[in-house]
Amino acid sequence: MDVDPRDRGGPAQPLLLVEGLRKHFPVRGGLLNRQVATVQAVDDVAFSVRKGETLGIVGESGCGKSTTARLLMHLIKPDAGEVVFDGDPVGERHGITVNAMRRQMQMVFQDSYSSLNPRMTIAESIAYAPRMHGVSGKEALDRANELLTQVGLNPRQYARRYPHELSGGQRQRVNIARALALEPRLVILDEAVSALDKSVEAQVLNLLSELKERFNLTYLFISHDLNVVEYVSDRVLVMYLGRVVETGPVEAIYSRPRHPYTRALFASKPTLDPDRRTTEMPLTGDPPNPINPPSGCRFRTRCAFAQAICAELVPSLAAPLDGVDDTGTHRVACHLPHAQQVLHA
Amino acid sequence: MSQTTVDFVTRQLTMSEETLQAPPAPGYWRAVGQRLARDPVTITVTIILLLIVFISLGAPLVAGADPYAGSVMMRLKPIGTPGHWLGTDETGRDLWARLCYGGRLSLLAGILPVMISLVVGGFLGIVAGYVSGLPGTLIMRTMDVFYAFPSILLAIAICGLLGNGLSNSVIALALVFIPPMVRISETVTTQARQLDFVEAARASGTTTMQIIRHHVLANVLGSILVYATSLISVSIILSAGLSFLGLGVTPPQAEWGLMLNSLRQAIYVQPYVAALPGVMIFLTSMCFNLMSDGFRSAMDVRLNK
Repeated sequence: MDVDPRDRGGPAQPLLLVEGLRKHFPVRGGLLNRQVATVQAVDDVAFSVRKGETLGIVGESGCGKSTTARLLMHLIKPDAGEVVFDGDPVGERHGITVNAMRRQMQMVFQDSYSSLNPRMTIAESIAYAPRMHGVSGKEALDRANELLTQVGLNPRQYARRYPHELSGGQRQRVNIARALALEPRLVILDEAVSALDKSVEAQVLNLLSELKERFNLTYLFISHDLNVVEYVSDRVLVMYLGRVVETGPVEAIYSRPRHPYTRALFASKPTLDPDRRTTEMPLTGDPPNPINPPSGCRFRTRCAFAQAICAELVPSLAAPLDGVDDTGTHRVACHLPHAQQVLHA
Repeated sequence: MSQTTVDFVTRQLTMSEETLQAPPAPGYWRAVGQRLARDPVTITVTIILLLIVFISLGAPLVAGADPYAGSVMMRLKPIGTPGHWLGTDETGRDLWARLCYGGRLSLLAGILPVMISLVVGGFLGIVAGYVSGLPGTLIMRTMDVFYAFPSILLAIAICGLLGNGLSNSVIALALVFIPPMVRISETVTTQARQLDFVEAARASGTTTMQIIRHHVLANVLGSILVYATSLISVSIILSAGLSFLGLGVTPPQAEWGLMLNSLRQAIYVQPYVAALPGVMIFLTSMCFNLMSDGFRSAMDVRLNK
């Protein structure tokens, strides 16, 4: 691997370090438009992304995955928390500015159509951000054409087309090229392949792994699709109702999930293999309302193992209580040893 | 790693998404031209409008008579009278000359208020849409107050307040047209602000002004320009109505609405002559409407082919 001149802390320093990230949205209502409640969309989320890895974030819809991504990009202002990009705290006096971070961190959205301006040709869309940063028009367009080639679209055919003239998969390739135009080091893929049909999804996933090699990228891969996350990720973060419930290497999480929620989530994953049929109890009901989340462990209302302590204490992320942790990085937010045991049929 | 996923991916690799070969797309303006060329209605009404503009601007050249010189002998002559091919009005002035000169004021009174309201209303709407919160609420609620009045009533009230004359009727009509302009541009801006491509632009460090200029303005202009062209016809009719009521242009100036008013009494004597200013108003406003429709569909990149 070549050494990136922008790499400051060396390979051991995480590219992104997130501490205590929190966002509570006010719910307004009543006569004077007063705040009547808060949605605890993201609450005390902490994680790190190592250089060159892919961190997958999974969870049900509404668990705060996308809000986390938007908070990282500062598209929404966080209420609290610290984001450290390669050793530099973002938005603080002794760190780097939000804009400096945004140049190194880019995002691909789920909806490939609405993330492109319908009135710009795709080459213009890709060249737009570099031009706003002072690259000359000609140079930016040349670079856009080059990027189109990199994502597998022939610029002579596609550069002057409009978004509505492309298929969903082609548009998502354009969005990836657009995200790469500023030469970022970290790319957040927020459900980037979820809206594509399966064959196109596979092509785009392969493209992403090629580009990762070629441009020395780090990915934050957000998805609700457990199979896809297993395929692309090195490490996985499981979220439930705005909190991290479990994190660790993909093999550890997928082979021995510890948190009752993670296990239930994986049990819901459809499989074609009759030998791996579901043995866990399925989850019932919907996630509780994030306006009034349960006290203590947020999963306790749906957890089969819940005890008195779960309602009182918020569990912190800690090593699995059965002591089996090959890599030393598996972390679970659960109080109860017996709840973390994998049941074998 | 799941074996099934890997198998799946490798199998799909052999299928290429880019099997669909297509020729390179033409440039934007060439495409617009091509679509216009296939639309005879738009071309016809555009030519008619250009003719109306030409006879108005070139009135001294094409009128052939003094629009203010009357003659007691030549009052209310029918269409086809030698020397006055469109007849004369109630004081014997040549009607063709008056229609030519009248076009100047009528077109001005039709276009100028719309342009003023386009700039002012568009600006206020974008501000209200982008800066939600107190400034936005303030702007929108003020517009709602204007909305409470019917447009003609509001124009008459403002005109009555300011006194008559062309400039006052322009101001009155501009004030009437600003609220709908604000509302449309505010709606479009609010929609555009939530779109992912605006988020993506923000995420790449684009400033608010750049986003408004490149992403919001293009979308807002597209919608309010079409609305504005349709307002021109309303504006011509309203300003004609104002002068008809004696609130806009004052006699003896030539203006279609005013001419319609003064020829009204001759409707039993020379009905065709009396109808001519009305025909011009109708023709102009209909042409503006059809032209705006045609241009909207020709310029929309999404309505291709």
